[in-house]
Amino acid sequence: METNQKVPLPDASAKKMRDKPVIEINHIRKSFGKQEVLKDISLKLFTGENLVVLGKSGSGKSVLIKCIVRLLIPDEGTIHIFNEDVNALSSDGLAELRQKIGFLFQSGALYDSMTVKQNLEFPLRRIKSDLTKSEREDKILEVLENVGLADALDKMPSQLSGGMRKRISLARTIVVSPMIMLYDEPTTGLDPVTSDEISSLINTIQEKYKTSSLIITHDINCALNTADRIIMLKEGENYKEGTIADYRKSTDPFIKSFFMQKE
Amino acid sequence: MKLSEKTMAKTVAASNFLTEFADFFLFFALIVRETFSRNFEFKEFFRQCFQVGYKSLPLVSITGTIMGLVLTIQSRPVLIDFGAVSMLPGMVAISLIREMGPVITALICAGKIGSGMGAELGSMKVTEQIDAMEVSSTNPIRFLVVTRVLAATVMIPILILYADALGIIGSWAGANIKGDVPFVLFFSQAFSHVSFMDFLPAFIKSFFFGAAIGLVGCYKGYNAGRGTESVGVAANSAVVLASLLVIILDLVAVQITDMLG
Repeated sequence: METNQKVPLPDASAKKMRDKPVIEINHIRKSFGKQEVLKDISLKLFTGENLVVLGKSGSGKSVLIKCIVRLLIPDEGTIHIFNEDVNALSSDGLAELRQKIGFLFQSGALYDSMTVKQNLEFPLRRIKSDLTKSEREDKILEVLENVGLADALDKMPSQLSGGMRKRISLARTIVVSPMIMLYDEPTTGLDPVTSDEISSLINTIQEKYKTSSLIITHDINCALNTADRIIMLKEGENYKEGTIADYRKSTDPFIKSFFMQKE
Repeated sequence: MKLSEKTMAKTVAASNFLTEFADFFLFFALIVRETFSRNFEFKEFFRQCFQVGYKSLPLVSITGTIMGLVLTIQSRPVLIDFGAVSMLPGMVAISLIREMGPVITALICAGKIGSGMGAELGSMKVTEQIDAMEVSSTNPIRFLVVTRVLAATVMIPILILYADALGIIGSWAGANIKGDVPFVLFFSQAFSHVSFMDFLPAFIKSFFFGAAIGLVGCYKGYNAGRGTESVGVAANSAVVLASLLVIILDLVAVQITDMLG
């Protein structure tokens, strides 16, 4: 599985990437009642990079990713995407911004009452409304081929396995060619082989569609296979930020506990 | 001054009730706003009309027919005792059109359509399908809720008219179990007692029944919690609240009709 690991970026490319943050989060806090889930989180996602946010279950990762697309609104702090303050946008502005963002949900979130084709057509009709029917069908077929499921076109979500649902969900996300991809626990609930396939797919999509990706996970294999940079969260706060090599060198027991799983 | 635990519990319950009440009206206001916004989802609206209307036909057919049949079988002996059996078609038609048809059909629809909407939207919420819709720049209120509420508002009055018609046919069948009444005679007698003012208030209130059922079903489903248990809770509370609203709306409608003479 080590062979699947992403090749670290050369310093020059890394520096170039760091010039342009597409997502910039500053000191956000979020509480539910008395429970403070996000205490103080800041991060930057740069153009073309795969940033992994790693943390144990309950560390606030999913809340963080939902705040980015304003499914949840943080109590404090700011989130800027393409230099626009997400929480200050009007509903039309937000809808326009969301068209540039792909979101892969933990559960896949395929529409149960629609076939695979209809699931992919749904965002395409709304976001790329200028496409003709045949262009839409070509696009759907292309993304399904990219995720290796071209033959699942007429199947219902209930007829698909967990891994297939994730792939179709990924296809539905990339069908509108987003500029940023947000992955919420992309490998949760999958066997190790399928998890590695999904991780490879994340890398393939980034290379092919030139997306910037934020991957939220607790799966160290997924992190190692996809990350250019990792931010670790602990109890709703930034704990450490660095490359895989930085983490490997660390003697911190909390960080080591994650890497021990791998070894 | 320290409040007792009992008083605190009552205060919290009252506060929760008022919050829920306010949420419901905010949800209603949101639906009204989205109904008149641009990009109305016509295709989904017609799909929902099919789901609400066509798929409820078997249940409404059986209920409507049995309603007329039972009403006739129960009231015929009493009317015979009073020598007023010729009043049977008119009596059945008036009671079906004014009250029994709308209320019983609406209660049946609250069970079938209200719970269906509550469970469907609730499970979409639990499986993050509503969130997925929202992040793909589709307004879920406009796509899921407005279309369902409008479909229920339009289709339930049609189902009620259909149930009324079948109820009268059922009544004719009931009258023929122990008698021999020609179909045309039965109908002409039935409708000779029915005026436009029997029909109009009942027809108007049936739109309110439809709107209430759609609104409550969608509200409960859309605001379901995150666990799978909340899907069942949403479906169940949608039925209970929608049925209660139908009864309350009926009472209000009867009072208004009575006042207007």
